[in-house]
Amino acid sequence: MTEIISAPTGLAVATPEQRELPAWRLLLRRPTFVGGVLILAFWVVCAIFGNAIAPHDPLAQQLLLNNKAPSSAHWFGTDQIGRDVLSRVIVGARTILIVAPLATILGTVLGTALGLALGYLGGLLDTLVGRVVEAVLALPAVIVIFLFIVALGSSAVTQILVIGFIFTPLIARTVRSAVQVESQLDYLSSARLLGDRAGRVMFVEILPNVLPTILVEFTVRLGYAIFTVATLAFLGFGVNASTPNWGSDINANYGVIGAGYWWATLFPALAIASLIIGINLVGDSIEQVLAG
Amino acid sequence: MVGYLLRRISLAIVTLWLLSLLVFFAGQVLPGDPGRAILGNLAAQRAVKTLDHQLGVDRPLLTQYWTWISGLLHGNMGVSYQYRSAVAPFLASALVNSAKLALLALIVIVPLGILGGVIAALQVGRPLDRIISLTGLSASTVPEFVSGIVVIVIFGVELKVLPVTASAGQGASFGTQLRYLILPVIPLIFVLFGYIARMARAGTIEALESDYARTATLKGLKRSVVVRRHVLRNSLLPTITVIATQTGYLIGGLVVVETLFNYPGIGRLIYNAAQSKDFPMLEAGVLTIGVVYMIATILADVLTITLNPRLRTGMIR
Repeated sequence: MTEIISAPTGLAVATPEQRELPAWRLLLRRPTFVGGVLILAFWVVCAIFGNAIAPHDPLAQQLLLNNKAPSSAHWFGTDQIGRDVLSRVIVGARTILIVAPLATILGTVLGTALGLALGYLGGLLDTLVGRVVEAVLALPAVIVIFLFIVALGSSAVTQILVIGFIFTPLIARTVRSAVQVESQLDYLSSARLLGDRAGRVMFVEILPNVLPTILVEFTVRLGYAIFTVATLAFLGFGVNASTPNWGSDINANYGVIGAGYWWATLFPALAIASLIIGINLVGDSIEQVLAG
Repeated sequence: MVGYLLRRISLAIVTLWLLSLLVFFAGQVLPGDPGRAILGNLAAQRAVKTLDHQLGVDRPLLTQYWTWISGLLHGNMGVSYQYRSAVAPFLASALVNSAKLALLALIVIVPLGILGGVIAALQVGRPLDRIISLTGLSASTVPEFVSGIVVIVIFGVELKVLPVTASAGQGASFGTQLRYLILPVIPLIFVLFGYIARMARAGTIEALESDYARTATLKGLKRSVVVRRHVLRNSLLPTITVIATQTGYLIGGLVVVETLFNYPGIGRLIYNAAQSKDFPMLEAGVLTIGVVYMIATILADVLTITLNPRLRTGMIR
């Protein structure tokens, strides 16, 4: 993983000029990466400046103008109580873009620390924690998260904590195997011979070398965090009912699809899909560049 | 093999016991008491108290857990608060319905996912590989209700070729039932395609780069023969394992898909039970899913060992 420019094995032969380029320049040459970043940037701007960009007040109800099809006045139509769907889609980016990344960061930080300890220290701790992790992983994650949210209630903080904790063993497992590969290498034996403390070896020597793995894992998990947050909102466990939220809007409107009023459901759904595809494009490009 | 199986089964039982604890105590911290939930806000406090006493929910937690778990071990899954009758018949019919949906999804997706993965592997690094891999990754991370809504709007509302809800009604013919299941199955297929194709691709690439594949090529065998006889046999093993582990995701997906399409399966049963605080139903439903999941993973392990001679002999030793 550390060797970004590994010798090409007959496929996708790199020119000498390309090999000199740093990783971020290689990334910018990939249309999939640039496309993904543009999609993400669009939603981040919506999340931050949503209320200023939205053409209408996302909360204003016009009961006489309910369930109106997309038109020049309301590009995405209006929902069952006459709110502007386009404005709700724009402002709705905020909640999911706060909860999902924070949950992923929590899971990544905890998972990295745990994975470093398990992979480097090994021994009894590794065996014990490994058993617990296996037991947790044996349960379908969605069911476990669902149960916790049902039990603890569905505030933003609960969702961040529950998703973060469930992700921790998953990320730890990936980091652990990357650390075990590193542990075989010479630089670590020399660090150990020099008498470095375990903490220093783990965080100063190993961590920088497994960072690419962690970065890729982070983008993959971020996609799943968005999946989970959106799904919980769709199932009626949305965060803060007073602000627009894609999953909750779908939950409120999918019942009238059969009657032909599809726009209040379809557009938030497409927003979720585009956000996840954007993250995948970015994550996949990073993985490709790091793999050489 | 027998020793290994026993170890796996005992581990599964421990996991199920952990799940039972989790489910039970998660149910207990749910806000609101069951008597109130059943009788509604207007009922007198005395009536609520009496009902709570009849249901046994006013006893200490450990006593309740013990009554519940020993009942389960005797085949008694409890009585639903919501319907005031035994949980088991509801669960059984929901399980059959979900099995139909899941089976149809697997029948379509397993060949399709493997085909996609093998094609991507044979074209590794070329545009077709990138397209298959990226589509698979995106399809598997887009929530089921999102792809579900897209297909409902296209095929159910605009083209009007397929029914929007999933229940064909009592006694419908096989063909009609199948027609009603097409739309709900699509989101499940989307999610599973990515996982299965990715595993099949990785396995095939590994097998293609192996010594035995090179030997076969150097022997002068045609590429198609090398792929069919030497590569595929080895590359599809890990795929079998991943298909079994995906039953977990499949079950999670069922909760969402069955809610969206109003399909009377186990996912919707759990969802409804959670919403109406019907603990016995919720607990029995989640545990049933746990059991199904454990059986699927153990079966997959056994299948993998049986198909892989190296593991098989390793076990005997």
